Amino acid sequence: MNNPQRNKFFSGNVDWFTVLLWLLLCLIGWFNIHAAVFDPDNPGIFNVNTNYGKQSIYIFSALILALAILVVDAKFYSSISPVFYGITLLLLVAVLIVGRNVGGNQAWIPIGSFRLQPSEFAKLATCLLLARYLSNHSNKTPNLKTLITGAAIILLPVALVMLQPDTGSALAFFALVFVFYREGYISGPWMLLGGLAILLFVLTLAFSQWTVILVIGILCGLGCYYFRKKRKIIANLAVLFVLCSAYVFSVEFVYENVLQSHQRNRIDVILGKIDDPRGQGYNLNQSMIAIGSGQFWGKGYLQGTQTKYNFVPEQSTDFIFCTVGEEWGFVGSMVVIGIYLTLLLRIINIAERQRTAFARIYAYGVASFLFFHFAINIGMTIGIVPIIGIPLPFISYGGSSLWSFTILLFIMLKFDSNRKGIA
Amino acid sequence: MNSFFARKYIIQGIFIAVAIIIAARLFYLQLVDNSYLLSANNNVLRKVVIYPARGVILDRKGQVLVQNEPVYDLLVTPREVQELDTALLCELIGIDRAGFEKRMTTARNYSPYKASQFEKQIPASAYARLQEHLYKFRGFYVQNRTVRNYPDSAAAQFLGYIQEVNDRDIERSNGFYRPGDYIGASGVESAYEELLRGQRGVKNVMVDAFNRPQGVFAEGKYDTVAVAGDELISSLDKEIQVLAEKLMKNKIGSVVAIEPSTGEILAFVSSPGYDPNMMVGRERGNNYMELLYNPYKPMFIRPIQAQYPPGSIFKVVSALTAQQAGMIDEHTVFNCPGGYRYGGGRAIMRCTHVDGPTSLVKSIQRSCNTYYGYTYARMIDQRNMPSTKAYGAWREAIMKFGIGQSLGIDLPGEKDGLLPTADFYTKRYGNDRWGSGFNISLSIGQGEMGVTPLQMANIMAIVANRGFYYRPHLIKGIGERKIVKPEFAEKVFAGVDEKYYEPVIEGLSRAVNVAGGTGYSVRIADIEMCGKTGTAQNPHGADHAVFFAFAPRENPKIALAVVVENAGYGGTWAGPIASMLVEKYLKDTITLPQYIQDRIYKADLLPKVETERRETVQAGKPKHSTPARHHADEIAFVDHQSRARRNE
Repeated sequence: MNNPQRNKFFSGNVDWFTVLLWLLLCLIGWFNIHAAVFDPDNPGIFNVNTNYGKQSIYIFSALILALAILVVDAKFYSSISPVFYGITLLLLVAVLIVGRNVGGNQAWIPIGSFRLQPSEFAKLATCLLLARYLSNHSNKTPNLKTLITGAAIILLPVALVMLQPDTGSALAFFALVFVFYREGYISGPWMLLGGLAILLFVLTLAFSQWTVILVIGILCGLGCYYFRKKRKIIANLAVLFVLCSAYVFSVEFVYENVLQSHQRNRIDVILGKIDDPRGQGYNLNQSMIAIGSGQFWGKGYLQGTQTKYNFVPEQSTDFIFCTVGEEWGFVGSMVVIGIYLTLLLRIINIAERQRTAFARIYAYGVASFLFFHFAINIGMTIGIVPIIGIPLPFISYGGSSLWSFTILLFIMLKFDSNRKGIA
Repeated sequence: MNSFFARKYIIQGIFIAVAIIIAARLFYLQLVDNSYLLSANNNVLRKVVIYPARGVILDRKGQVLVQNEPVYDLLVTPREVQELDTALLCELIGIDRAGFEKRMTTARNYSPYKASQFEKQIPASAYARLQEHLYKFRGFYVQNRTVRNYPDSAAAQFLGYIQEVNDRDIERSNGFYRPGDYIGASGVESAYEELLRGQRGVKNVMVDAFNRPQGVFAEGKYDTVAVAGDELISSLDKEIQVLAEKLMKNKIGSVVAIEPSTGEILAFVSSPGYDPNMMVGRERGNNYMELLYNPYKPMFIRPIQAQYPPGSIFKVVSALTAQQAGMIDEHTVFNCPGGYRYGGGRAIMRCTHVDGPTSLVKSIQRSCNTYYGYTYARMIDQRNMPSTKAYGAWREAIMKFGIGQSLGIDLPGEKDGLLPTADFYTKRYGNDRWGSGFNISLSIGQGEMGVTPLQMANIMAIVANRGFYYRPHLIKGIGERKIVKPEFAEKVFAGVDEKYYEPVIEGLSRAVNVAGGTGYSVRIADIEMCGKTGTAQNPHGADHAVFFAFAPRENPKIALAVVVENAGYGGTWAGPIASMLVEKYLKDTITLPQYIQDRIYKADLLPKVETERRETVQAGKPKHSTPARHHADEIAFVDHQSRARRNE
């Protein structure tokens, strides 16, 4: 950050492989959106009134946006980050007042015929500001004060997004723990603990709290027996047991009193506590039928019956992966997952080759967001995580989502293309 | 690069692990578990049932008795309905605003996405206008179906009607019928249901999540076509049927005419009847209730369900069975002093005449009660066996003529009639020492005997055939190959040899063709009709008039029985009706004097009854205080002794 960055027009330094992956995902998205809304009676590819017609415009404009980003001085992104963050917060407040209510969430600001979703841009703003803040402290040993300030940078927009209420988008911000972990603010055991907390949360809701406590008790009991000579470990296990029990009870409380009823419903459905194929479980059931019926090779482009006849709601946005699964089968799904995984691993590698902490932290933030969206979106279509409405980056229909992820990614590529210019 | 560089691998490891979990789950969903593929097919395919046209029923000459007429059901899918001109729609299908709202609510409650019935059975005339405007009413569709249509409004009770299946029908059919299907509920529609209904077809239609059709599945490879129901050719002669119905108008009773050589029923009238078209269409429910509560019971199928003491026709059977039993022969003469004394001379069964010595032929011609009193006494008392046994033998011979047992006509609801067993009398008199004097009225077809008009006509067919009959039936050909049910092609022997028929037939011929005979006034020029008037006693009121006949004498073409309830003397009412039908059938003309014809057409012999439950049924009819008490299904049980006393 202290090194002056020289503006260098993008050239061979741009990571073309990542650009290629990005372009692939956009194209896969376009074809599947086309399939999802395809009307056999009314074909025609460039009809701007249809979702795929609009998506072509979005992709084209995203491309221009990407080029523009690569042209702009890299330093600009760092310096503008506090202002951008502030504007985003204002927009998040504004959306609560003037926003359009779509699907129960007050998340959209209508601008002409398009709708702007500030929560998508909040990801970018938060990522930039967090990178700037943490990079300013990157030479010191990680301390609690920095962690708390960093967490505050994240939690502020999270709180505003929660008010819309758009739980899905809000949860995505928590993916930034990877950033804190990488930068040493969170230790391995804490990450483990966090994982355990999520596991216990799910288990508690899936089974009864008493069953979970019983199982923990038995495990701790076995541990005590195994380490019966070591008093200290036994004491630790006892503390762990008490903490876990308290946590399990608090989960029950949060579940009953904090979560909204539709979220409770979705969690219940995925945990198999409610079985109503026409109600909350309908989306999930139809989604799994679509994907499952794809078999190995898929039904072929525009041949998916589930897709064509609108059995899956929100198919071009949150449930776009159904189309992939149905029409392109296991093979196509693996290709998409493979591209994502390659992209994610590539971003991490790019992050690690950055010379500035700012660029590295920012890149980790990008990876975190992409990973969260990828895992949760696909996970929900195949029934392994609760249905929370978040898009599949670059593939789902929607301008705000495509633009914000594209900006997110290409700012990183800009940093990357500049890395050699940094002394 | 800093000290936490190694954590890169952990994070990448987490990414890889999650991707593997997702891949594994996809592997399971797409490659291992087949149930999703099945669900997908179920989701998309809907089997749409194609209803076949019900079989048409023709008369013996190929004229249509029942056909199918297209009607149109208006369906609505509430979710697709947009703003519309409600007033116009209401006017087009003839409902009011409130009715519109009610129907919309019902449809919405059923399903906002699925089409449901908005108005059913819109006649073709209203449909034409509706169709012109249909494009203005989004979400409304028309589905055509067929309903029964009766071009001549004739033969209602014979044809029967169809109605929507009820739960019991569905259960009994092992799931063949579904709610909303129609099933034959009476008459031929019911008897031949399995042939008439045809075979349903299935069309596999692809639908979307809202059940909206999206096209044909696999170019119809798995579709089956609906097969229309079999055409039935009935034995009925429409002209005779329509004429008979006209003649029986405003009279209670039956006409049954049979072609003796085949057992085919030429006319089958139950009066009062109803217009079969009443049982079709939107007013069906109201019409049905009206018919049900009509005091004259139009739903009662008199030819096979009304049972009367047969009266004179029974003398024919008596004469034949007694000859076969060897108790009399054609030369047997009994003296008729104007009545038959029995019970030690204390009781008498009167005749309407004093004929003195009476031969067998004359007994038939003159309808002599005395002759048959003696004959019956011989049959029961003088056969060298206990009277119970003799009665049993007598009864068995009588039953061969189709009395006291159903004839097996191809209509549901046929009654057996009544012919008591010997045990019945043993029980009644407390011992088995009773004799002919105890039930002498049976000798002349009165008392504890119930015979349906169909059975009467069949007796005439037996006489016409000189000894046998074919089971009377209404359907003479099924389908394109005109198949006849085997049971109707089988000759049934009535137990009396051919040679015994001649004197009886001679007597019947004289009754019509010789001056002074009871049927002389209705004789037909050029045709030797053999017949007889009869009076079926009715303990509740005026007797029922009966006329039965066959013609011509040689090579008979028609045998018939006409019953007019409460008409009194048979010659006045039943005779002319029978005569006109026979002449019309054989010569296609009617020569009976016009004034007699007019008298028949104009006669209103409906008993004046109080309309009990429904005021509106016979609005034009003057109400009278005499209660309805002459239902023909109440068999006249008349204690023979009280009858005898009355006859003294």
